[in-house]
Amino acid sequence: MKFIATLLLSTLLAYASGIYGDLPWFSFVITNLLVAIVLPQKPAAAFLSGAIGVGLLWAGLSIYMDISNNHILSTKVAQILPLGGSYQKLIFVTVLVGFLLGGLASLTGSFIRDKKAAQ
Amino acid sequence: MRLLPFLASALVTTGLVVTLNTQLKLGATKSPKLGYFLSPQHGFWKNAENINTNFDATILANDLKGDVDVTIDDRLVPHIYADNDLDAYYVQGYLHAKFRLWQMDFQTRVASGRLSEIAGADKLSIDRFFRRLGMVYGAEQTESYINENNPVMKATVDSYTAGVNAYINQLKPEDLPFEYKLMNYAPELWTPKKTYLFLMFMSYDLTGRSATTDLQLTNTRDYLGYDLFQKLYPNQQDSLDPIIPKGTEFAKASIKPIKPGSADTAYLKMPAPKKLFRYEESPEAPNKNNGSNNWAVSGSKTKSGRPILCSDPHLGLNLPSLWFEVQITTPTHSTYGASFPGSPAVIIGFNDSLAWGVTNAGRDVLDYYEVKFKDSTQNEYWYNGAWKNVTKRTEVIKVKDSADVIENISMSHWGPVMFDAFYQNQQSNGKNLAVKWTAHNTSTGVETFYKLNRAKNVSDYLQAISLWKCPGQNFVMATKTGNIAIKQQGDFVARWEHQGDFIMPGEDSTYDWQGIIPGNENPMIMNPERGFVSSANQKATDATYPYYLGTASSFPLYRGISVNQHLTPMTQITPQDMMALQTNNDNVFAAQARPALNRLIQMDLLSPAAKRMVTILNAWDLKNDENSKGITVFKLIWDSVESAVWSDELAGSKLPLTKPESFVLLEQICRDTNFTVADDIRTKDKVETLKDQVNVGIERATQQLLILEKENKLNWGSFKATRVVHLTKIPALSRLNLPIGGGVNIINATTENHGPSWRMVVHMTDEIEAYGLYPGGQSGNPGSPFYDNFVDYWAAGKYYRLLFLSKEKLKESERAKWHMQFKHA
Repeated sequence: MKFIATLLLSTLLAYASGIYGDLPWFSFVITNLLVAIVLPQKPAAAFLSGAIGVGLLWAGLSIYMDISNNHILSTKVAQILPLGGSYQKLIFVTVLVGFLLGGLASLTGSFIRDKKAAQ
Repeated sequence: MRLLPFLASALVTTGLVVTLNTQLKLGATKSPKLGYFLSPQHGFWKNAENINTNFDATILANDLKGDVDVTIDDRLVPHIYADNDLDAYYVQGYLHAKFRLWQMDFQTRVASGRLSEIAGADKLSIDRFFRRLGMVYGAEQTESYINENNPVMKATVDSYTAGVNAYINQLKPEDLPFEYKLMNYAPELWTPKKTYLFLMFMSYDLTGRSATTDLQLTNTRDYLGYDLFQKLYPNQQDSLDPIIPKGTEFAKASIKPIKPGSADTAYLKMPAPKKLFRYEESPEAPNKNNGSNNWAVSGSKTKSGRPILCSDPHLGLNLPSLWFEVQITTPTHSTYGASFPGSPAVIIGFNDSLAWGVTNAGRDVLDYYEVKFKDSTQNEYWYNGAWKNVTKRTEVIKVKDSADVIENISMSHWGPVMFDAFYQNQQSNGKNLAVKWTAHNTSTGVETFYKLNRAKNVSDYLQAISLWKCPGQNFVMATKTGNIAIKQQGDFVARWEHQGDFIMPGEDSTYDWQGIIPGNENPMIMNPERGFVSSANQKATDATYPYYLGTASSFPLYRGISVNQHLTPMTQITPQDMMALQTNNDNVFAAQARPALNRLIQMDLLSPAAKRMVTILNAWDLKNDENSKGITVFKLIWDSVESAVWSDELAGSKLPLTKPESFVLLEQICRDTNFTVADDIRTKDKVETLKDQVNVGIERATQQLLILEKENKLNWGSFKATRVVHLTKIPALSRLNLPIGGGVNIINATTENHGPSWRMVVHMTDEIEAYGLYPGGQSGNPGSPFYDNFVDYWAAGKYYRLLFLSKEKLKESERAKWHMQFKHA
């Protein structure tokens, strides 16, 4: 339950902080950290909830935008980066970044609280 | 708190954030900040435009005097309907920015020597070149002149600027154009000066080739000696078909430039200095094929009895395109055509009374003067028998991740001393060279287009173009009432023969310009008997024109012949015939060169493979069609023969020299096959004849042709591999290997990365019937379906019907897709 709650909260806050383009792109690192402090979990659970939370958001947004764009831009960017022009790989890399950073932020937050807090 | 795990985890997290927030090395360039770039709410994903984007919008704008309605058609062309002129230009600025902001910013950065600021020290040599050439100086001259003397133009450019800035100011960081995110910088506000810088860049693109060729020709002359030079670089063109038909009488020259007595020794045959110096690479000189076709046929030759005007400017083929289509309708005028993102008004187009188009005049308006400084401070230079002070112009070049570079440019009365102890390129050969260029003078170029947009008749057209100074153009015109005309207009220097072809002595006023040719003495014809006017960058006149036009190498010869050969017999012309002519692939150069070669080929001495190539050559239909093999064979054979003839003379020079133009060899072998230059001077024991060199050339070409054949690249289209390249040259953002014919000397002047950048055909019927397109798309966003949607159509030689309608009629059209309203807030 707590896992689902932290996951959804991570998603929600990451999205909310991203609406304001003036805030840096990594603002979700801070929000994930805060969520992990307020809703403490064991490190592995914290990592996964934060990782999946942001990963899902980034996957959802990028896949949605990519489909409604008919892959026009992603195909070009996947040649620049270079990922062999594969938009699937580009989405994977995008999600990986959100997943890793989201997870690490939550993991870091979970260490701020004592072990007992996670029970 | 679990301190150690916390610290470890925090360190990894921070490290990752910092890494993903840094531009990393990616080959020769830098990556974007990857975390930012990939973030779906900040980075490039936001530029992945929904293919069903609805462009409807209502925009509140304080600066507007009234309301402006914009209907956007199915090709994303905005049709602006405004209550007054200034509001129309405001909205044009807004829309240019909305669809082309990054390009506008980037092009003016190039023009003003500010690339290093965003791209780092790699671009410093390009920035230095443009600063020292006086690009910023020229734009400043124009800006201050217009601000003080021309309130209408000032208001126009100001309003345009306000429109651009209204867009920039509402732009959210996540909506920045794609390239800003890729290269990690942000747009700055537009200024009128940027508009003038952009126009300065067009002057450079169309007349700045002399900044390189004057030096190369000087070096070539020094290397060969003047007598041999004249053989290889003659000014005679036997087959010239000038813009103004031969036999036309010209008025006497009101200026008679006098060749200085010392010119033969001190100028034409001036010995070359031998110096050692460090030099920088210059940007590539503007393409020598920067040219264009335009023509107008009178009603006597058309099916409808009304004139048809055609214009296709040949420039570098880039994405986003240089051009942006727009209709501007206000109570004073209604105009449609191709505009420049960066400048108000329409540049090539038509209104409800008159159509106009331009080609480049190609006249030399940029000269170098060699100056002598008193000492290494470069504060004084020798002029008319005394030491004269320079003023110093300071230009600061900001460099990304590095210290500023300061240019202290010595300003002489000639102009900026571009090359000196602090700046040399390979061609400048250690000299101190001041550059004198008409583009440095104040210019009201914007006003010419402003007035052409409103021109109703011949006198309006003449009045509008009389203001045009640089770059000199051939302005073609046709009116609904049946007039056609063409005039070469610009500030052209009244030169004595060869003045300014080479670096000139700058120690006194003897070699100075003796005047600018008065506008009414510039070549012009109206309603000629032959029923058409045309230009294709050839020399404007034959030798009876009383002024020196410049070196023949500046004027392509064969495209003009082709245009006139086709137009002369045509009758009952329709717009479709004109489209077919604009995309015509006939090779008139090869039509002359092939028989000339055949007279020289010694078939029995050729290898079997070479014989086979000659057979392909002779079976060719003389058209540069996409799937033709004959043109590829012809091109490689011709190039090898040329190189067999010339390369021995030019080999051995440490400086880059200019290769003689193709017409030189062709006209030479048509005149006289006992051509002594044919001898390879490196073989002491043998005298090669032209016949020997032709066989040598064919054998060498055959080696290359066999390789191409093996790679399946003998087809002209595959060999030429035409591409439309993004301004950053990133292949993924470009369109490569387009299936299209054409080439140098061809009306369809499409080469590798150069060609018809806008094609327009306007039929001057009561309701104007116009067709056009450019190889690009209205949106500059690589993530938009409108980024390159005209490219395939363009390559196939097809045209769009241009919608030129009143507000009410356009709304009824099924091609009207979206509606933007600009409301006075």
